[in-house]
Amino acid sequence: MAELAVDATCSRTVSILGTRVMRVEDPKFLTTGGVYVDDLRDPRLEGAGHVTYVRSVMAHARVTVDPSAAAALDGVVAVFTAADLADLPPPPPPLGFIPPALARPWLANGVVRYVGEPIAAIVTESRYAGEDVAELVSVDYEPLTAVVDPRASARDETLLFPDHGSNTALAFEAGSLDGLFDDCEVVVTQQMTNQRVAPVPLEVRGTACVWEGDRLTLWASTQSPHGARDQIATALALPPEQVHFIAPDVGGGFGAKFGVSIEDLLLAVLSRRLDRPMRWAETRTENMLGMGHGRAQLQTVTIGGTRDGRITAYSLDVLQDSGAYPHFGAVLPFMTQLMATGTYDIARVAVRTKSVATNTAPVVAYRGAGRPEATAAIERAVDLYAAEIGMDPAEVRRRNLFEKDAFPLTTQVGAAYDSGDYVGALDAVLAAAKYDELRAEQRRRRESGDVKLLGIGVSNYVEITAGPEAGTEFARINVKPDGSVIVYTGTSPHGQGHATSFAMLAADELGVPLDRITVVHGDTDLVARGGGTGGSRSLQLGGAAVHQGAIETVDKARELAGDLFEAAAGDIVLDKARGGFHVAGSPDDVRSWAEVATSADADAGLIVDTDFTAQGATFPFGAHVAVVEVDAETGKVELVSMTTVDDAGPVINPVVVEGQRHGGIAQGVAQALFEEVLYDEDGNPQSTNLADYAFPTAAELPDFTLVDMATPSPLNPLGVKGIGEAGTIGATPAVQNAVVDAVAHLGVRHIEMPTTAERVWRAIQEGAK
Amino acid sequence: MNLSVTVNGTAHTVDVEDRMLLVHLLRDRLDLTATNIGCDTTSCGACTVLLDGESVKSCTVLAASVDGQSVTTLEGLADGEKWHRVQEGFRAKHGLQCGFCTPGMVMAAVSLLDENPSPTADEVRQGLEGNLCRCTGYHNIVAAVLEAAAHESVTQ
Repeated sequence: MAELAVDATCSRTVSILGTRVMRVEDPKFLTTGGVYVDDLRDPRLEGAGHVTYVRSVMAHARVTVDPSAAAALDGVVAVFTAADLADLPPPPPPLGFIPPALARPWLANGVVRYVGEPIAAIVTESRYAGEDVAELVSVDYEPLTAVVDPRASARDETLLFPDHGSNTALAFEAGSLDGLFDDCEVVVTQQMTNQRVAPVPLEVRGTACVWEGDRLTLWASTQSPHGARDQIATALALPPEQVHFIAPDVGGGFGAKFGVSIEDLLLAVLSRRLDRPMRWAETRTENMLGMGHGRAQLQTVTIGGTRDGRITAYSLDVLQDSGAYPHFGAVLPFMTQLMATGTYDIARVAVRTKSVATNTAPVVAYRGAGRPEATAAIERAVDLYAAEIGMDPAEVRRRNLFEKDAFPLTTQVGAAYDSGDYVGALDAVLAAAKYDELRAEQRRRRESGDVKLLGIGVSNYVEITAGPEAGTEFARINVKPDGSVIVYTGTSPHGQGHATSFAMLAADELGVPLDRITVVHGDTDLVARGGGTGGSRSLQLGGAAVHQGAIETVDKARELAGDLFEAAAGDIVLDKARGGFHVAGSPDDVRSWAEVATSADADAGLIVDTDFTAQGATFPFGAHVAVVEVDAETGKVELVSMTTVDDAGPVINPVVVEGQRHGGIAQGVAQALFEEVLYDEDGNPQSTNLADYAFPTAAELPDFTLVDMATPSPLNPLGVKGIGEAGTIGATPAVQNAVVDAVAHLGVRHIEMPTTAERVWRAIQEGAK
Repeated sequence: MNLSVTVNGTAHTVDVEDRMLLVHLLRDRLDLTATNIGCDTTSCGACTVLLDGESVKSCTVLAASVDGQSVTTLEGLADGEKWHRVQEGFRAKHGLQCGFCTPGMVMAAVSLLDENPSPTADEVRQGLEGNLCRCTGYHNIVAAVLEAAAHESVTQ
C-alpha cells in the first residue's frame, strides 16, 4: 500500500477519493488537546454546581435514605433523593418495546437493583466536596436475594420487578427445532459464554448544562446528539426546540455512549430546580459500575452435517443477561439471531433467545452489539464440527460458504445480504497469513515436543451495518459567499474522522479544495436533524448524504451560473480543477464558486439541504487468521499475529479505515484473551477500575497485517458499507479458535473466553485425562 | 499552601488545597485542559506530563509536591509554530482517533525517546505500557513513535 500522504491544500484534477489524506482533525488534538465536556470553559457555566451521585453498594436491597447529615454540611448546596423527585413523571423507557414495568426510576426508589445504581444526587460548590460528602449520606440496606446468574434469573424464583411477573424482558425466535438434526451424520453441541466486557472509552461520561429562561443547553459525551436531545425533551416534557444539545469532542463511545444516561437527564432536572448551571464528571470507577457493559450471553450451539464436511443444520440458543433495568442489551439477541448463520449456506436453522434481568449493571451496545456474539458462536461451532470430522477448519469453511454468485440472497433467518465474496476473502487471508506454512510449523513444533505450541485460528464473518431497517441521514451543504464550504452532518463522530472523509466527499463533487471545507456536527441548533454515529452507519448514510447534497449543490449552482451567463443550466460545466463554472465550449470565462454562491444569497451563500435514504442495511464481511503461541507448561497465550481481510466496499480514506480496523481488531482480541467483567455470587463487581480490569496495553498486542478487498454494495451510490465494528467481530473467534487449536492435539475441544493462562492450563490438564 | 511552579515556561504562584492533585491544578486552576483524566488508579496515563523533564502521571502527584519544579504539558511541547517530532510523528502515522489519550501518550513518547532515542518496535510497546488507548489498537501509535525516532537528526 502506498505510503503517500496527501497534503490537504494540494490542487488536483483526479478524484481525491481513496487517497491517503491526513486527518484535518489532528492538529488541534496534537497541540491544545480536544475540548471534551470537562474541558468546557463556557462563561455560562461559571459558578456551576458539581453533582456527585451516591451509588448503591449492594446488588439487590430495600433502601432507606437519610440525607440530612450530608445536606447540613458547608459547601453542600442540596441533596436530592427519590422522595424529592416524586412529583416528576417517571423517566421515559429507553426503548419503546421493552416492558415499561422494567424501566428505571430517576433515583432508586425504595429498592436498588445493581451495585452502582444512583440513590442520591449531591450538589456541592466544589468538585472535591462532593466526594467528601457522598459518604455521609446515610443509606440503610435491607438485603434481598441477588440474582446474578442469568440462568437463575430465567427460573423466576426471585423477581427483580414483581409487577412484571417475570424476569424475562424480551424473547426472539426463528426457525423450527423439529427434526433439525435428523439426517445429520455428525452432530456436535457446545455450551459457551460470550462473557460480559466493559466498553471503556478513555473519556468517561460527563455532562454540563445551563437553563436560560425555558431553554436548556446541555453538553454531554454522546454519540447521538439529536436522539439525546429528544430523550431529554421527552423526559422533561419540553418541545425539542427548547433543548439545545451539544456533543463537544467525545473521547470514544464504542456504542455505550448512544443516547444519554439517567445521570445526564437528572442534571437538567437539578439545574432547573436550583436555578444554577450544573456539571457532572464521573470517575472511572463510576464508569465501570454504571455506564453499562457489553456482550453477556450464554450460548448453546449445535451443528450437524455430513462426514465429508457439508454443514446442513445449526441451532443457537441464547440466554442474554440484560442486567438491571433492561436496555439495549435486551435487544442484542435480535441482532445475534439475524446474523446467526454468518457466511454459511446452511439448509436448516433454528434460533431461540431470551433476555433476562439480573442484579448487575445494565447491558448496552458495545462495538458490534449482537453481531460479535453471533459470529463467535457459529465460528466456534464450525471449528468443533471440523475437529469432529477431522478436517482442516479452513477447508470446512470453504465448502460451506455462500458462493460469490449467490448474492443478493436472503438467509434462513431472514437477513438480506447485499453483496459478498466470502471465498475470496478466505483465500486472500489464508494466502497472506501463509496458512500452509503455519500448519507445517505447527506440526514441526508438536512433533519436536516444543513447549511453545503454535495455534492457528480462522474466522469468516459477515455483519449488518446501518440496520436492521433502511436508514436515513441528513446533510446540508453551504457554499459561503467567499467560496468556502461548510458541510453539516447529522452523524456525530468521536474519533472516526468524518471531518476529513466527509470533506473529501464534498471536495470530490464540488471541486473545492479540502482546506476550504469545514464539517460541522454535534450541535442541534446548527444541524437540523440526525441519527448520530453508531452501528457503523455513518459513511454509508451520512457520507452518502454529503455526496448527494454536493451533487444537488452542483445542480443548483449550474442553474445559478446559467443565470449569470444568460445560458441554459444544461450548458453550464463545472470545471473541478479550477473550482468554477463556464459555458460548454467557452472555458475562458469562468465564474467562481464565490460568485455563484453570492448570486444565491449575498449573506448566506448557497444552501442545499438533503436527506439520503438507503435502500437497505449493508453486510460487510471478511476473514481473519490469528496465530498464537501457547506455553504447554503454563498455559500462557501470546498473540503472534493477526492477518485480516475486512471488506466494507470502496474506501474513501485508507488512513481512517485502517485505523478503524486496527482498533476493532484490538478490541476483538481483548475479548478473546484478556477482558471480563466479573461479579461475585452476591452481585459485587470484581473489576471496578483499570487496575483490576484487563484492558490490553501496547505490550500485549502485535502489529496487525491488513489485506485490502473492496466489494461494492448496490444499496448506496458510494457502494460503501460500515467498517467501525468489523474488526471486532472477526477477531474474537479467530483468536479463540487459535488458542483451542494450539492445544487440540492434547485432547482439548473448547476453552472459554477470556483464554487466560489458568483456563488454558486447566484445559490441558483435563484433556490429558 | 502557596506554590511556585513553572508550567510550560511560565512561572505561577498559586494557593492550593494541600490535597489538590497536580492534574487538577493544571486543568482547573491554570485552565490547561489538554491533560486529561481517564481513571482513578494511575492506570491509563491520559494525565501524563513532564515534571522536570521526566514523565509522571499527574493524577498521582500532589500539586504541593511540585513546588519549585517545572511542568511541561502538551500545550507547551511545540517550539512556537514548530511541532515536536513526536507530534509530527503522530500526525503523519494517524496515531490518534478520539484524541483523549493523545496528550498523555505524546508526553510519554517524548519521555521514552529521551531515554531511548532509537527504540525497536518492541521497546516502544514496552515503553508505552503505562498509557492506554481504546481506539487505535496501538498499531499506529507504535508507528508514530518509530517515525518520530527516525526524524531525530532532522529536528535536533
